Amino acid sequence: MPSTAETALRRTTLHERHAAAGAKLVPFAGWEMPVQYAGIRDEHLAVRRHAGVFDVSHMGQVQTCGPQAPSFLQHLLSNDVRRIPEGGAQYSLLCREDGGILDDLFTYRLAECDFLTVTNAANHEHDLAWMQERAAGFDVDVIDRAPEFAMLAVQGPAARELVRGLADGALPSRMHCCQRDVAAVPQLICGTGYTGEDGVELLLDPGQAPAVWDALVSAGATPCGLGARDTLRLEVCFHLYGNDMDERRNPIEAGLGWCCKEATGFIGADAVAAARADGTPEKLVAFSIEGPGIARQGNPIKGGGIVTSGTFSPCLERGIGMGYVPAERAAPGTQIEIDVRGTVRPAVIERKPLYQTKGSSTA
Amino acid sequence: MTDASYPDDLLYHPEHDWARVADGVATFGITWYAQEALGEVVFYEPPTVGSNVTKDEPYTEVESVKAVSDVIAPLSGEIVEVNAALADKPEMINDEPYGEGWLVKVKLSDPDEPGSLLDATAYKASLA
Repeated sequence: MPSTAETALRRTTLHERHAAAGAKLVPFAGWEMPVQYAGIRDEHLAVRRHAGVFDVSHMGQVQTCGPQAPSFLQHLLSNDVRRIPEGGAQYSLLCREDGGILDDLFTYRLAECDFLTVTNAANHEHDLAWMQERAAGFDVDVIDRAPEFAMLAVQGPAARELVRGLADGALPSRMHCCQRDVAAVPQLICGTGYTGEDGVELLLDPGQAPAVWDALVSAGATPCGLGARDTLRLEVCFHLYGNDMDERRNPIEAGLGWCCKEATGFIGADAVAAARADGTPEKLVAFSIEGPGIARQGNPIKGGGIVTSGTFSPCLERGIGMGYVPAERAAPGTQIEIDVRGTVRPAVIERKPLYQTKGSSTA
Repeated sequence: MTDASYPDDLLYHPEHDWARVADGVATFGITWYAQEALGEVVFYEPPTVGSNVTKDEPYTEVESVKAVSDVIAPLSGEIVEVNAALADKPEMINDEPYGEGWLVKVKLSDPDEPGSLLDATAYKASLA
């Protein structure tokens, strides 16, 4: 696979909108994406207080359909796929045999035997190949749908009302999805997100995305970049693949045992069951810095461990993050010390989420 | 945030730092371009008075929400004063990069060193 350095960065169909709005564009997983428009803090607070819209068209989609689609996905995904109702959504992991995490995914059940799975941009090609290679014994089609979808996330306490005002019918409830027109453009609306706030994600024809973006912005959604997406997700302790887990980590140490149903026999179930029974040497924890300073990804934690995500929290107004620590020192309230480029910063392990959103679940 | 500006009375380092030299002491800060590239500064901890800085070497850090950036010393010498007010108001580095957002004052060790820096015209040309 060519590296991103050797190939031109891909652009979403909203690129001109981003450039016109003065966005700072950065390379991300092979794409040129907006990291911020007006500023990360303002965008972050717009999502916590009202509504923001994110272009997340870099994310991939894989359709799995056919008579054995349910049993095929049950074999690959860590969660219990049979429990997704038609029009439902579920979070799960894709694991190796040894339990190493290949990706984290949202899967939408469009019909009894028709599923759409959203992948992380950096993992999409690998996920697709992994799924297709394992489809041989199943009566199932695994199809790359990434080129056919743009993806917008509209998030915040006012997001639903804002989208509802542009839609031709009721919006799906949380963790559900349905087909609707928004701004007269047909699309799949999903009651999911990555900010901890209520809101929806829209999957639509890339060519129509600019018109829908314009309608959402005109209706009051603040354009938000990947910078705010990262601070928002970290405040509510949602994992970022590549930071907080990767194929060297299993779901138990990553704190994702809740979306693993070993009884289904998914690839990696035995390893996950063993880790659940025996415990793991390290655990992923959330922390906040006590006093000044901001820990960053890669900072060592004294006594063993490492910061996997670290930022400044616009809502809590202090340094926050997640990282792995020895399991015996992972309890909330435990004091830790983080080596921030040579300066020792005291921190405390906190319960997740670090920030409690108002009036919405954190799925 | 202000519009781009590069005052004529300052000397510039290509790593986007400025120096205002008077009587053997230089005030350092980061340029408009640097603060714009960094984004809103949310954390700054001044270095220690009495420590030495070396031209072209990092002497402190500024942090935005997203990232931490080294600040390069435009000239060499000893830090004689720091802008302690920035600890509480780091956003001044964005709002007034040449005024209230100054970082340190340095007693210069080499009076000839300022001659190696860029003037505003040359610095602006380097940004183009």
